[in-house]
Amino acid sequence: MNLRQMKVNQTGKIVSVKASDELGRRLRDMGLIPGKEIKIQGRAPLYDPVSIRIMGFTLTLRNNEADFIEVEV
Amino acid sequence: MSTAIALAGNPNSGKTTLFNALTGARQHVGNYPGVTVEKKQGTCISESGEFSVVDLPGTYSLSAYSLEEVVARDYLVNEKPAMIVNIIDASNLERNLYLSVQFMEMGVPITIALNMMDVAQKRGMQIDIKKLSSLLNIPIIPTVARSGKGKKQLLQTIADNVNHTIKPLTISYGQDIDSALDQMESIIREKQFLTSKYRPRWTALKFLENDQQIIELGTMENQATVLLLEAIVKKVTSHLNATLDIHPEGMIADQRYGFINSILKQNVIQFHQDRNRLQLSDQIDKVVTNRFIGPIIMIAILLGLYNFTFTYSEIPVGWFESFFEYIAGVADSALPEGLLKSLIISGMIDGVGGVLGFVPLIMFMFMGIAFLEDTGYLARMSFMLDRIFRMFGLHGSSVMAFIVSGGIAGGCAVPGVMATRTLKSPKERLATLLTVPFMNCGAKLPVYALLVAAFFADNKANVMLLITLISWVGALLVAKLLRSTVIKGESTPFVMELPPYRMPTLKGLLIHTWERTFQYIKKAGTVILGISIVLWAMMTFPNLNADQIKTFEDRKSTIASSQDLVQIQTLTESQLSPQKLAMKDQLTKIDMEQAQAALKNSIAGRIGTSLEGLTKFAGFDWRTNIALVGGFAAKEVVVSTLGTAYSLGEVDVEETSSLSQRLATAKGWGPITAFSLIIFTIFYAPCFVTVVCIAKETGSWKWAAFSVIFNTVLAFSLSVIFYQVGSAILT
Repeated sequence: MNLRQMKVNQTGKIVSVKASDELGRRLRDMGLIPGKEIKIQGRAPLYDPVSIRIMGFTLTLRNNEADFIEVEV
Repeated sequence: MSTAIALAGNPNSGKTTLFNALTGARQHVGNYPGVTVEKKQGTCISESGEFSVVDLPGTYSLSAYSLEEVVARDYLVNEKPAMIVNIIDASNLERNLYLSVQFMEMGVPITIALNMMDVAQKRGMQIDIKKLSSLLNIPIIPTVARSGKGKKQLLQTIADNVNHTIKPLTISYGQDIDSALDQMESIIREKQFLTSKYRPRWTALKFLENDQQIIELGTMENQATVLLLEAIVKKVTSHLNATLDIHPEGMIADQRYGFINSILKQNVIQFHQDRNRLQLSDQIDKVVTNRFIGPIIMIAILLGLYNFTFTYSEIPVGWFESFFEYIAGVADSALPEGLLKSLIISGMIDGVGGVLGFVPLIMFMFMGIAFLEDTGYLARMSFMLDRIFRMFGLHGSSVMAFIVSGGIAGGCAVPGVMATRTLKSPKERLATLLTVPFMNCGAKLPVYALLVAAFFADNKANVMLLITLISWVGALLVAKLLRSTVIKGESTPFVMELPPYRMPTLKGLLIHTWERTFQYIKKAGTVILGISIVLWAMMTFPNLNADQIKTFEDRKSTIASSQDLVQIQTLTESQLSPQKLAMKDQLTKIDMEQAQAALKNSIAGRIGTSLEGLTKFAGFDWRTNIALVGGFAAKEVVVSTLGTAYSLGEVDVEETSSLSQRLATAKGWGPITAFSLIIFTIFYAPCFVTVVCIAKETGSWKWAAFSVIFNTVLAFSLSVIFYQVGSAILT
């Protein structure tokens, strides 16, 4: 499933990141690469953006950015 | 001779804190040439020698996507500092090392300052520094920048390692990429392609990463070689795509993280707690970003920031005002009547006062925002509001600038425009800083108060609320318009770290505030003073000619003899006879008429008069026009100039009842005209201080000119539509 569909507190492992160009680069710079474990930390009051836990820190991204990330739960 | 060192690292790694600890007060802030990214420099004198320190912008990577990254990379390549001090947040080691690996690939000399060791320990992390250092082959010094711990040892290590030769790091990125790199490297060596600045293998790597900056540089130097290299890149890209469904860029990033992992796995780091365990910071977030309580807390904090900036700064603003009033008073009694006096008081003292009058506001605003930024709350605010602001092509962080500018009526666009510095997305930032001047700043309020009192006295509160709504809706819609036309383009990725909550250091806050305030005084101050003198001249010249002045003098002398005049001027009102008092009133009236005639005759007056043919479609006569021209100096000047134009003398902005009564009965005025003027005031050109700040913040006078012209055209169109439709409905 992709990251947008995950529920708060759900954990999973990144399978692939399909984004390219600037977004792809930013995601990778922040460590969103295949094999990393993530956990959904929370969502903004309007359900978007989403905040996730990865490598011990908290990262937020918009739902349309989360769409590019496939996760195995 | 001092040794040049550069501090580099991720945002929130404590880089600036270390910079402050090293340089103390011996630092200054400027900009990198041609861009608006801040450049902080300072000197550090220690037992280990003298160092000149540059604080590079915080980045997560050395790709060339953001301005910060380009600036940091160019600095390292062009200035070749003797040592790069890479500050790493020990509690967040894995991601921070991603940047270190890229420095090592570049082959630049680095020393790692492993910062926030205390935090890492508290989180149950144990780091084997010796082992990490030997595996990376880089000196690593543990530090706690907040307390200055490790500073001495760091400086000594830098001094010891400055002249060591560096062996660039070579990572294996997988067979396909490695062999492509080998091929490209030999071509680059052979053609001496960009070799004066970059290592051949690094250049090859950047081509594989599709780095636009390096490709452009290369195209300028040798296009044939670029084509040769790109052919190899294309081949390996399609091969990787077909076999592994991955781009070279992705592969390279994966392998970098893989390299970091392989090092950390060798017992370099041990967790005595679950690393994803909820820390105190996460517990706070559960409340602060909660769906229901979060927004309430946010409103409270925004109100707090607003009050802090505008209420507490009133006291120092008052000091400045009384100081300048005092100086003006001294000049008034010391100088003879005439042009020089007018220039010094109305042109220069008011001008300098105008520049410095904003200083307390700017100081308090920067202090408040730096506090919110350093604690980490600002990032949460963007997180919560992004969904709304994104609809208009803006960013969650835009909210601060809007609030400070007068989103809560009574702000000021000058600190508001400066507040956009917290926005890291260039397009969103530009759209924000061009639209914040639509907010209801404190200087527009007297204009609204005047018009509302004259024409909407029964609905005061409702009309004021309506004005606030119009400015918000207008600003957001214009932002949307700009983002779909002149500042078109995909939104910058939001991907943002939510740093753990931290208590900022007072020293850091004070340095931050002082530097930015000083920058305003230095950079904007001179321009503002110049323009205020020009505006003074526009409202003053040309003077009435001798004949016209004589007409007024003659009228005065028919009322009072020269003996009467002396008495009237020297005695106080209580000492004058009723007859003389009446005489005085008549004289004042003539003075006011003369002021009106002089204003109408001035350049500003002539502009106003000549535009009457056009502005009548919005319901404005020449008087309103002059007032609006004056409003370019500062919006509250609209009120005092209207006073002069209606022969009421200079009207005090705090006390406008005489003017509002006059307007209520004046020819050509009615609720429609008044509201048309309100609409115009919301949207037309920002005051020139704001315009200067827009130029300084965007680094271009083009955007400053744009905001003057675009806003005025927009304001005029809206006013005309409103006035024409409104008049048609009413008649």
